[in-house]
Amino acid sequence: MKDISKDHLVWMYSKMKMSRYFEERMETAYMEGKQPVFNIGAGPVPGEMHLSNGQEPAAAGICVHLKKEDTVTAPHRPHHNAIAKGVDLKLMTAEIYGKKTGLGKGKGGHMHLFDPEVKFSCGGIVAAGMPHAVGAALAAKKLKEDWVAVAFIGEGAANAGAFHESLNLAALWKLPFIVVIEDNSWGISVPKNESTCVPFNDVRAAAYGIKGYLVKDNDPFEMYHVSKEAVDRARKGEGPSIIEIETYRFLGHFQGDPELYRNKEEAPSLRAKDPIDRVKNYLFEKGMASEAEMDALDVEITKEVDAAYEFAINSPLPEPEEALEDVFV
Amino acid sequence: METIKVQKLTGSKAMSLAIEQAMNKDDKVFVMGEDVGKYGGIFGSTTGLMDKFGPERVMDTPISETGFIGAAVGAAAEGFRPIVELMFVDFHGVVMDQIYNHIAKITYMSGGNVKMPIVIATAVGGGYSDAAQHSQTLYGSFGHLPGLKVVAPTFPHDLKGMMAAAIQDDNPVVFMFHKTLQGLGWMDQIPSSLGPVPEEEYIVPLNKAKVIKEGTDITIIGAQMMTVEAMHAATELEKEGISAEVIDLLSIKPIDKETIFKSVEKTHRLLIVDEDYLSYGYTAEIAALVSSEAFYHLEAPIGRLAIPDVPIPYSPVLEKYVIPDSKNIVAKAKEILNS
Repeated sequence: MKDISKDHLVWMYSKMKMSRYFEERMETAYMEGKQPVFNIGAGPVPGEMHLSNGQEPAAAGICVHLKKEDTVTAPHRPHHNAIAKGVDLKLMTAEIYGKKTGLGKGKGGHMHLFDPEVKFSCGGIVAAGMPHAVGAALAAKKLKEDWVAVAFIGEGAANAGAFHESLNLAALWKLPFIVVIEDNSWGISVPKNESTCVPFNDVRAAAYGIKGYLVKDNDPFEMYHVSKEAVDRARKGEGPSIIEIETYRFLGHFQGDPELYRNKEEAPSLRAKDPIDRVKNYLFEKGMASEAEMDALDVEITKEVDAAYEFAINSPLPEPEEALEDVFV
Repeated sequence: METIKVQKLTGSKAMSLAIEQAMNKDDKVFVMGEDVGKYGGIFGSTTGLMDKFGPERVMDTPISETGFIGAAVGAAAEGFRPIVELMFVDFHGVVMDQIYNHIAKITYMSGGNVKMPIVIATAVGGGYSDAAQHSQTLYGSFGHLPGLKVVAPTFPHDLKGMMAAAIQDDNPVVFMFHKTLQGLGWMDQIPSSLGPVPEEEYIVPLNKAKVIKEGTDITIIGAQMMTVEAMHAATELEKEGISAEVIDLLSIKPIDKETIFKSVEKTHRLLIVDEDYLSYGYTAEIAALVSSEAFYHLEAPIGRLAIPDVPIPYSPVLEKYVIPDSKNIVAKAKEILNS
């Protein structure tokens, strides 16, 4: 395997760990007010909640190569993508709690996070963020900047019309656009082999005359390497790429999903191959970091996430009539 | 004294002149759409712009509305001011997710942190036997959705001024232009499609209706071709001693209540005419506004003329039957006055 610098490995580890700890706290926070009877609209964090535990390599492995000026769009399961892109954690958490201090002043919620400071957005319509990223890539080209735009989607989105339209446009105009397909095997309850006509979506690149990459088994290191190549090529004006990564969905489609459609053994077997441990162990094996160093890092990450939750919990709710504001600027 | 240069232009030339002036002033303005380049827009809305600005700023796109109208979102977020053309409003079905779930909502969902200065220019209207999938106006469908400003200018002067205003606006504007009012050589050329247009830059507000003929007996409200038909009707009514006031709606969303209420206060009678479907359209919306906020000005029930909830048919005899015209307006106005 090609080498990865300690800085990059530690960066990836930090973002993955931060996302994991953020979501583990969210699992608990979300269930507040929803027990003993689950009611999706109850509690301090109401509505649908799609967590990404297990999918962290998809986000960290490419965002390590991105800068602030690069655009990221994400789908309905966005927290790991947002954290890897550097979205303000306090403002994001406050938004998820529906607070006035949130990124969208409580009008967006967990599926609709917008942080223009780091050019991040996400949305709840499958594949719909792809054309937005194509537009950002078009803007970069018009401005003659070396910025790239990355659209994260799920494997189910590769079957939607927007996927095709976006890739045709991006390839036609040779834009610095990359789509990362996070294949967690499931479109809610429908497995990939029952929804998708090819086993892997990287082959679809041939249809657009662009480059396709496949990362097997949620491998954070391989994700790092193929992403580097795709980002470098995009920055140099060599056009778009498709990256598909086989990733893991530890949890249900959303919190509260009884998961009657999947084998009870699947999630534990995926957890046994935890990608965060893989990065940490690699750092130890290569003698790049000590246990004390990593423990200290974990403490720092925990503190930052806890501070974000504290900020969110202590923030005021919006005044009801603020619902009428911000339709237009 | 500075002389103001006024020339007679068609609707399409007025529109393209507004875009040209905006593009000269601001290099962040660009156009994307199907056949907007060499062709100059199927309905002439971008005539001559590719020659002036080149293919990078007047971009022909594939037949891919979700792709390029969705791309306008990303470009707008990066500080551009894209004008995207949806060739026929009827094609909204293939791109409505991008329009109403994204373009219309991103500003709100972001708490006002993300601006969407996008103009969606789209051709509307029937009357030339293009049948059910190419003849709708869909004013009401777009007017229903929060987060979009929706305008439908009628005469060349307002097409130019409202296009200039739409491009300058930091919010998404659906700019509907009526095919019959573009003054195209290959369609029925009607006098209303040609009119005086100042060369200099000016703005016509996006949220104001206009009284284009004053009267005392009845107020008739229309938009685009229904405004034209209302003017013909007013001339006919005048011959019978009936003085009709005609309002050109111009803004579908928001509706300019003040101008309408003021007129109804004077005439006490109201007829609303729409080239869109009857149910849930602007005839219903304006009637509801007047009934709930200006009811006591009325001396007769409000009249509504619109397409009677059927798709637009092909055969001229059928199409003519469903789209309101000046004869229908005259008859309905008299009915209201005699009630």
